[in-house]
Amino acid sequence: MLSLAWRNLWRHSRRTWLTVGAMIFSNILLVFMITLQIGNYGMMIENSLKAYAGHIQISATGYSDEPKLRLTVDNITELAELLRREIPELSVSMRGETFVMASSEERSFGLQVAGVDVAHEATVSSIPGLLAEGQYLRAGDHPEIVIGSVLARNLKVGVGDEITLLGSGYDGSFAAAVVNVRGIFNSGIAELDRNLAQISFASFQALFAMQEKGHVVIANSSDVYQAASYQQQIQQLLNQQSELGSGAIEVLNWRETNPSLVQAIQSDLVSSIFMYMVLIVLVSFSVLNTQLMSVLERTREFGIMTAIGLRPGQLGKLVVLETTAMAGLGLVIGAFLGLCLTIYLNQVGFVIPGMEEMAARYNLQERLYPSISVFSILVGPSVVFLGCLLAAVYPVIRLQGLQPVAAMRAA
Amino acid sequence: MQNADQIRTNALPPLGTLMTLAWRNLWRNHRRTAIMLAAISVGVWAMIFMSALMRGMVDDMLKRGIDQLPGHVQIHNPQFLDDPSIVHSLPEPDSAMQDALNQAAVSKWFSRVKVPAMISSERESRGVMLLGIDPEAERETILNGVELTQGRFLESAGDRGVVLGEKLVQRLETRLGKRVVITSQDPQNNLAEIGLRVIGIYQAELRSQEEQFLFISKQAAQKLLNIEDQVSEVAVFGDDYRDIARVSQHVTAATESWNSRLPAKVEANPWQTINGFLSSSVTVMDGFVLIWIIVVFIALSFGLANTLVMAVFERVREIGLMLALGMRPALVTWQILLESVFLLLLGLLLGNILAVLSIYALADGIDLSGVAQGFEMVGVGNTLVPQLWIKDLLTANAVVILLGLTTSMLPAWRAANYDPVRALSKAT
Repeated sequence: MLSLAWRNLWRHSRRTWLTVGAMIFSNILLVFMITLQIGNYGMMIENSLKAYAGHIQISATGYSDEPKLRLTVDNITELAELLRREIPELSVSMRGETFVMASSEERSFGLQVAGVDVAHEATVSSIPGLLAEGQYLRAGDHPEIVIGSVLARNLKVGVGDEITLLGSGYDGSFAAAVVNVRGIFNSGIAELDRNLAQISFASFQALFAMQEKGHVVIANSSDVYQAASYQQQIQQLLNQQSELGSGAIEVLNWRETNPSLVQAIQSDLVSSIFMYMVLIVLVSFSVLNTQLMSVLERTREFGIMTAIGLRPGQLGKLVVLETTAMAGLGLVIGAFLGLCLTIYLNQVGFVIPGMEEMAARYNLQERLYPSISVFSILVGPSVVFLGCLLAAVYPVIRLQGLQPVAAMRAA
Repeated sequence: MQNADQIRTNALPPLGTLMTLAWRNLWRNHRRTAIMLAAISVGVWAMIFMSALMRGMVDDMLKRGIDQLPGHVQIHNPQFLDDPSIVHSLPEPDSAMQDALNQAAVSKWFSRVKVPAMISSERESRGVMLLGIDPEAERETILNGVELTQGRFLESAGDRGVVLGEKLVQRLETRLGKRVVITSQDPQNNLAEIGLRVIGIYQAELRSQEEQFLFISKQAAQKLLNIEDQVSEVAVFGDDYRDIARVSQHVTAATESWNSRLPAKVEANPWQTINGFLSSSVTVMDGFVLIWIIVVFIALSFGLANTLVMAVFERVREIGLMLALGMRPALVTWQILLESVFLLLLGLLLGNILAVLSIYALADGIDLSGVAQGFEMVGVGNTLVPQLWIKDLLTANAVVILLGLTTSMLPAWRAANYDPVRALSKAT
């Protein structure tokens, strides 16, 4: 029966190729678009998280919504140590964060200053490795600061220049310090480059009268998609160690701390799924047309076949087999060509002209790289395949009511 | 005479007959035609509808972006765009400049002070953008974009209050009637401080805006920053952000003559120059719409070619007979092409109606609040109103007709070139 179906396909080779061509076209397009999208999402997540935010944040309840100086984690050093000891595969660091007024000789700006655990910061953030000038902080309480490149330009300072920080401490006291610029980082994320300054955790605690307190513990795993399971582990650990948690600590993964990132991906996904569906519907129409024609023009033939004992169900099977063969051909060729295209683009990357500004908004680089995986290659073509099979339903149903005598008499 | 008439009728294709033939041929296989019609309609609908959604999104982004800049044309100190600091301010427009700005090409204008600052309550501090505005000139524009939820807006040029976004109020743990301290620098980089009472709280559709901008009166800002009669920018609006040529020319000319009276030059820039992201998004969207239309068409064209190839194939004998009876091959081509034109036109008609209806049905906008924060990254609000651009509608129709006919050329031409004898002897 398979060989019968296969031969039937090639009775009208032009028609078959045109239909398969439609599938190949949309399959290549789908493979290209989907691999690119998945690649972009990965890059968006990666770039947005690696510079600063991290995969999992542990902080006082409510801090992620409203980062206030007074929402602290007590004994933050012990908490970080505990995590390193109990879940060694995580990279853990801690931070304190607040807003200050920073003045250079010429300019003054309000900005976010973070006190970072110098020894561990590089394991959770790419900023220590992204210095455009100077060096990163040293551990311990030194009067030095590392600032973003745009901030440095706006403050008109270079490495070695002085900046005055003015703010208020944990106890409401007036906090002021004069620090030297030790390094200038360029993360490529506009918000951080414009707004962020880092000092050592020890300096931060001293300057803002934090005692043993801090604001956030950052924990990164090797795979960003594992964040949710580690989040649970950490939560359980904290439940056991109630004296550390003191009840008011929350553990959040990156999806919760970066809702805008997740929603940007969702909104993009929704609009592209709409476009893919349109393509798939159009291809299915094409298949429906072809299969309906091929059934109608064989009315006499099918009449004879039923007359010599074939059941309509078997005829239906034949048509389904024909469609499957056709759709399979489209799937294999389309996915293969799509794979070739993405492998090539994955090597060289590519630039969409005029998209640079848009890309920067989403923390994407100019050069985009599609992501190749079994899923990203096959998901689009598989849906096309299913859509085509669905298109065979109507012709098959029409076959069920076939009357051998009437069919054989049909012109 | 009679002879000449006969020649004339022979020379002109009998268009009426051809059309009837083509139309009837189309419905000989009504199922196939119906499926193809459905495919074309869905395709055309998707082309126009998707373009309208995209246009609606970009338009929303542009309107918001331009309201926030603000202005269709801005006048600045030439260094301000690169380094928006108090040092790079410009004088208030003098009376001659004011006269120029009050002319018909300009629908409204205002000047404002715009500097980065820090705001502190008793408990918290935040970095913000301080806007010193003239309430009389700007009140309406601002209240168009934000909603005042508590208290009042600034009322007079010398008003000594501050209007904050709701989110900033939460962050600062302050409330209506409390005092906040605003800190910035004067042009000599001395720290400047002023304590002001919170007189109003606003909500903006983009929450990030609430945290970023606070409004005080222009005079209070000038006094705080120690810049008498100086502002950061002059914002000028024309009638429509898409067509700013007239207002832009007018303002540029006025600025030229103002410059001759000024010690340091200032410059006027249209919004496209000031915000590259906004202006490039228009071009990107133009490209995207065209690509989308063509991609949908290609997906359609396979089915179209298929339908015509089949229509010709099953009529080989008939076409052979017509050729044998003396019908000219060109007329056979015409007949097949006409068949394709009817199919395309019907599909376009249905598709256009479908698209216009669905856009009309969504005229109140699509609620995006579920993913609002994602759209905020590019500055889009949480309702998306599809916008039908006649240009996109025409492009979609033109692409379908022109490329559709090109696709039909091959089967039509092949049909015309059958050898009548062979075609007739072919078994069906």
